[in-house]
Amino acid sequence: MSSDVGQQHPLGIYYKIWVLLFVLSGFSYAVDYFHVEGALRWFLVILFMTLKAGFIVAIFMHVVWERLALVWTILGPPIVLLVLIGFMAIEGNYTEGTRYQYRGDDPTLQPLSPSDLHHEESGDATLNEH
Amino acid sequence: MMSESVVDGVPSGVTGLVEDWASDKQAYNVPWGKAMMWIFLVSDTFIFTCFLTGYLNVRLTTTEPWPLQTEIFALTLFGQSVPLVLIAIMTFILITSSGSMALAVNFGYRRDKTKTFWLMVATALLGASFVGMQAFEWTKLIQEGVRPWANPFGAAQFGSVFFMVTGFHGLHVTGGVIYLLVVANKIRKGHYDKKGFEIVEIAGLYWHFVDLVWVFIFAFFYLL
Repeated sequence: MSSDVGQQHPLGIYYKIWVLLFVLSGFSYAVDYFHVEGALRWFLVILFMTLKAGFIVAIFMHVVWERLALVWTILGPPIVLLVLIGFMAIEGNYTEGTRYQYRGDDPTLQPLSPSDLHHEESGDATLNEH
Repeated sequence: MMSESVVDGVPSGVTGLVEDWASDKQAYNVPWGKAMMWIFLVSDTFIFTCFLTGYLNVRLTTTEPWPLQTEIFALTLFGQSVPLVLIAIMTFILITSSGSMALAVNFGYRRDKTKTFWLMVATALLGASFVGMQAFEWTKLIQEGVRPWANPFGAAQFGSVFFMVTGFHGLHVTGGVIYLLVVANKIRKGHYDKKGFEIVEIAGLYWHFVDLVWVFIFAFFYLL
């Protein structure tokens, strides 16, 4: 194909997207830093992730300027993966439910953090075995 | 993009899509190397999605508590524990490298070989520093007793997923660094002077994909 008529765009758009990606990553990190929890955490993290991924694919990978024949080849097959993710989420929830219900696993167990373990090493026996 | 207009003398939008596939001709109006890179990246998307879906499934099904990523990946800086700081730095490094790669592609098409070469070398160095930090992170976690089959914090699956997903991604970054350096060197030697500089865009597609995968790993493995 024509050799020098590739994806040429003004530099400005790359700088703008670059800055935007930094800002969005900063927001993602802020969600963790300020201990946003629960549904809001999931919403914000997935929102910033989707925006970042979208800008990388659309602008940095030039998909927004490609012809639909290529765009649908790229974006079409991964849609199938959403079905897989949906199935595995349903199945996983079900499996977890049966383990609590029929195997009697304890749903109140808490994970240990590295600081807990340091206490344990220094002979501070305030931790329960789990 | 969806409009039924004509760009550069050929129909675009859905009419263009039908024409590209229906006529007895090449379907993709791009250099073959670029089409092949895209097909490779789509297949790689399937691999990483399978890993992340596997992670979703084991994390949902285990009744052991999932370790607190924010504390495990915290580092002590200036006497204070900062959550996820190394991962945040790694994220910013990868985005910086994606930006320098995008500029390299642009300067490649402008036939500015010196700038393209140095921007690609900068991208590769940033990628190498990312891998270095990942090695540091692995070392730290291994010292704390995290193994693919067990860890002292909670569900054993945490270690399996951590080493598999970050390891596979790190392998991609390492491969990308080598790929970028090889292409940059060939540019410097003038291999593409006659052929054109699509190769920079093709290498760039791979590099942006590596950054893209990290966006998902950062969100699903480290933040959620």
